[in-house]
Amino acid sequence: MTARSAAAASSLVLAGTLALAGCTGFYEIPIETPIQPKMDVTGFQRVLVAGFIGGGTEDVDANLETVRLLRSQLRTKSPLRVIEAEVLPLAEIANTEASRDNGTGITTSSAGVMPVGPIPTANVVNTPDPKAADPKADPKKNGESSIRNEKDLARFDKIFADVAYWKKLGEEYQSPLIVTGTVLFTPNQTSGFVMTNREVFDSLGRRSVVPVRTYMERKGFILQPRFVFIDGRTGAILYSETFHEEILYPQNQSVPALSTYFELMDRVIPSFLSTLSAQKIRGTRVLLK
Amino acid sequence: MRRLIFASVVVLIVSAAAPAVARADDRDKSKEQVEFGIRVAQNGLWNEALYRWKKAVELDPTYAAAWNNLAIAYEHEGKFEDAKKAYEKALELDPKNLMIRQNYDLFKEINDRTKRRSGK
Repeated sequence: MTARSAAAASSLVLAGTLALAGCTGFYEIPIETPIQPKMDVTGFQRVLVAGFIGGGTEDVDANLETVRLLRSQLRTKSPLRVIEAEVLPLAEIANTEASRDNGTGITTSSAGVMPVGPIPTANVVNTPDPKAADPKADPKKNGESSIRNEKDLARFDKIFADVAYWKKLGEEYQSPLIVTGTVLFTPNQTSGFVMTNREVFDSLGRRSVVPVRTYMERKGFILQPRFVFIDGRTGAILYSETFHEEILYPQNQSVPALSTYFELMDRVIPSFLSTLSAQKIRGTRVLLK
Repeated sequence: MRRLIFASVVVLIVSAAAPAVARADDRDKSKEQVEFGIRVAQNGLWNEALYRWKKAVELDPTYAAAWNNLAIAYEHEGKFEDAKKAYEKALELDPKNLMIRQNYDLFKEINDRTKRRSGK
């Protein structure tokens, strides 16, 4: 249940209670309950949404879209200043780091790995071939095409524990709070019986709606983002949280993958924001005389 | 002798009725605070309302409505522990009051969610 629907439901219940009570010595009043943030970010003035290891489908560039979305949300709904920097091709960087450590890359498609510097900066401009400098433009080149499920994603986990890497990145941007993580956006298909409402008319032409069990084939997506918050001063992980959201549409309904991605991210964003800043839950209470 | 008995009876009656009169007086004063608190809360002056309802429960600790309003003010301030205690006190005094129960249930939903988030 979303906060909005919960508020609507509670208002209805409240109205019902008031009607039941039928008394006069009460006053309905709107209140805003403050919820403290999950993390103490008072030590930071800036936030860097660095990049994500994305996978699941090639229809959406999960890394680029997630970074853009989080930055725009943080810009308006967080006290921290958002650093505008190039989006990190994190899967590729993880690959490079792993290759450096043990001489082999993480993915089987390591032929596509390009020797890039570990920390692209905001100042990188006027590169002769933008596609070559921006591996995210082609997910196949940065190892993300090989990420299909959580198991594939788990192989990249090491990068988040690489304190030296994140500390170095933090130094580059004056020790901000770094937001990174993984985003798995996978197609989902299912079939089975679901309850639907059907209009029926009786012999007198009166309309009514009855619930019926219908066999349906449905398709959609599952979104599993994991947000990792890293201290840019030390490179250490401060907090991490994983979400799971999914949506299914009737087989004949065509919904673009990107629309579905935003619809699912909309459900996650409030929780993400409440990690960093205090949120207020609006509700109604009854004052008594 | 009769006069003495009469005087004793009068003294007894007066002393027995005195606490009830005092209680009624306290309830009236408490009610004044509660009503003033409602007016200021409706104008968004929650700090003042909190102060008034605190006074109200001090004046009459058996006044369930005052405890209910105090709980709401604490909730508005984000003081969840204080709000919980005040709601529980209100319910203890008036367990059948549906409106206090409704307020408490709504508060509990938020409080439980906050506790889950902080892992407490």
